[in-house]
Amino acid sequence: MAHIVIDENRCKSCYLCIEACPKGLIKKSTHVNNMGEYAVEFCDKNNECIGCAMCALRCSDLAITEVHR
Amino acid sequence: MSKELIKGNYAIAQAALNAGCECYFGYPITPQTEIGEYLSLKMPESGLAYVSAESEVAAINMVLGACSTGVRAMTTSSSCAVALMQEALSYAASDELPIVLVNVMRAGPGLGSIYPAQGDYYQSVYGGGNGDYRMVVYAPSTVQECIDLTYKTFYTAHKYRTPVILLADGLLGQMMEPAEFTPYPYPKVDNSSWALDGAKNRDGRTICSYGPNEQKHIKHVVSLFDKYKLISEREVMYEEYQTEDADVLLVGFGSLARNIKAAVKVLRAKGIKAGLFRPITLFPFPDKRINELSKQCREVITVEMNMGQMYTDVRLAVNGVAKTSLLNLRPAGEWMSVEEITEAVENSREKAYAGI
Amino acid sequence: MLVFEVPKVFKKDFKYSFCKGCDHGVAIRLMAELIDELNLKENTILTTSIGCSVTMYDFLNLDCIEAPHGRAMAVATGVKRAKPSKFVITYQGDGDFASIGLAESMHASLRGECVTAICINNTTYGMTGGQLGPTTLMGQVTTTSPRGRNREYYGYPIRIAEQIALCDGTAYSARVALDTVANIKKAKAAVKKAFEVQQKGLGTGFVEILSTCPTNWNMSPKEAHERVRNEMMKVFPLGVYKDVTEE
Repeated sequence: MAHIVIDENRCKSCYLCIEACPKGLIKKSTHVNNMGEYAVEFCDKNNECIGCAMCALRCSDLAITEVHR
Repeated sequence: MSKELIKGNYAIAQAALNAGCECYFGYPITPQTEIGEYLSLKMPESGLAYVSAESEVAAINMVLGACSTGVRAMTTSSSCAVALMQEALSYAASDELPIVLVNVMRAGPGLGSIYPAQGDYYQSVYGGGNGDYRMVVYAPSTVQECIDLTYKTFYTAHKYRTPVILLADGLLGQMMEPAEFTPYPYPKVDNSSWALDGAKNRDGRTICSYGPNEQKHIKHVVSLFDKYKLISEREVMYEEYQTEDADVLLVGFGSLARNIKAAVKVLRAKGIKAGLFRPITLFPFPDKRINELSKQCREVITVEMNMGQMYTDVRLAVNGVAKTSLLNLRPAGEWMSVEEITEAVENSREKAYAGI
Repeated sequence: MLVFEVPKVFKKDFKYSFCKGCDHGVAIRLMAELIDELNLKENTILTTSIGCSVTMYDFLNLDCIEAPHGRAMAVATGVKRAKPSKFVITYQGDGDFASIGLAESMHASLRGECVTAICINNTTYGMTGGQLGPTTLMGQVTTTSPRGRNREYYGYPIRIAEQIALCDGTAYSARVALDTVANIKKAKAAVKKAFEVQQKGLGTGFVEILSTCPTNWNMSPKEAHERVRNEMMKVFPLGVYKDVTEE
């Protein structure tokens, strides 16, 4: 099943991945990571992720560490 | 092996090849251009790297890059162009890279003149780069020493992983005299613990000049000076001539020391107990031996072809034990003749010398 | 099926020290991916430079030599001439490559040194806090062009990829951007070309990467990418300026 893995402690909250995801499956977290940033979360309740890796390619910090298709 | 008549610059170039120099990077400047000319002919035919660099800045940085892989590499230049290299020498000292630099001195400051001089003592010994570092400096006096000390320069650079300067001058570079190319006498230094060759079956190595944080950086600089202390204990070289009973000690380095030695002979014939002390390593400076000798001396006279640079180190070494003075009739151009030196020493009883 | 992972050449537990949304992170990742894909890790010697780019050796598990400011192409020349079989890369900012180091960059390309140079163009000196650099656009406000770059005071920006393409030793010269995922993919293809021309011994490989500096531009990462698209690309058009494999 397609999904991504986020290392939230690498996320600097640039939120470029939120725009990059064609399915709108990444959103801002409600809690802060160890850098004090509101990192991003992967929310895919309906298994919409297609594993395109657009988010990972966009991420400047390799906070999206894995993409499975 | 037999002696052959050879020019100083060619002697340095061939000695570098004998020492296993694999890469040469350089830019022409009088009076050392023959070194690059010679190597541009010899190196390509042996499959070695010769690069005509776009500037001295580029040349020394090419040496830095080559040395990072552990090979023996060098550049050669002269005074005002060596000034351009100071940044990379500071980096290389901190990087602990075995850079070999030959400086065939001309006169400064600025463009100066192409005549021989010794005005780069400070630039070599105290360094023109930023931060706390030292460089080992060898000062040859003959063409034979140009060969022997080129060998030593390569070995010391690699043994201690530190930039080393061979400090010759225009006279040595341009003169011809008989010299013998003895084989390179030193063992190969193992550099497998630090040289860059691609991170195969090991983690990557970084050669860089700065510590990632203040504490590490302080530790690094202190460790450099531990190394310089070791070099100071082990690597001091000097020549003494008629110093055993000398009461006038003439201290001089490089090619000028030849005339000083001749003057000592003349002075001795006239009944003046003169002696020559010639530092061969300018760093580490033979200060302990100079201090010892000065205890028996009425006067320690520094003879050099600049406005008084090694004089600073001699005064520190003598440390008030004997009278010190400077003999520097000309900061560039014609060497002080034997007669001039002899006369000046003879007159020293009546008057002080010019200079600082 | 795993379709994306952190390239293996990254150090374990590395963490970029770049600012939020900085494109350096993407550029380094593209190089790292190619080092993995082309199996170059054990043969690579990386030359870093001065500026934000210097930190690259903190992230990659490679043999690295730090060059003094502007001298990366000279240092890389030394490395390559000493070890011709090694794969030699420089990673430099526009200030390093095209201002203080322009002579070294041009002459290495004229000699056709078989090295690959990757240059990040973000139109400013990032590490020192956003001063006018060689690629600062006309009218751009920086801390040392507070009224904007003009001809009278500052002259014009340099088009690096075009200049390097003019050097006869250059085998490949291209300008790419990282403003969209599509352009990131194209950028990787260009970097790959610049790697390959070195591997084939054809000459110097060069890629200029239009990048963002959101912090010093006073922009959000998203706005910064819009600036790349709307302002930088007009002055610095994307494209391949030289490719000897296509001639």
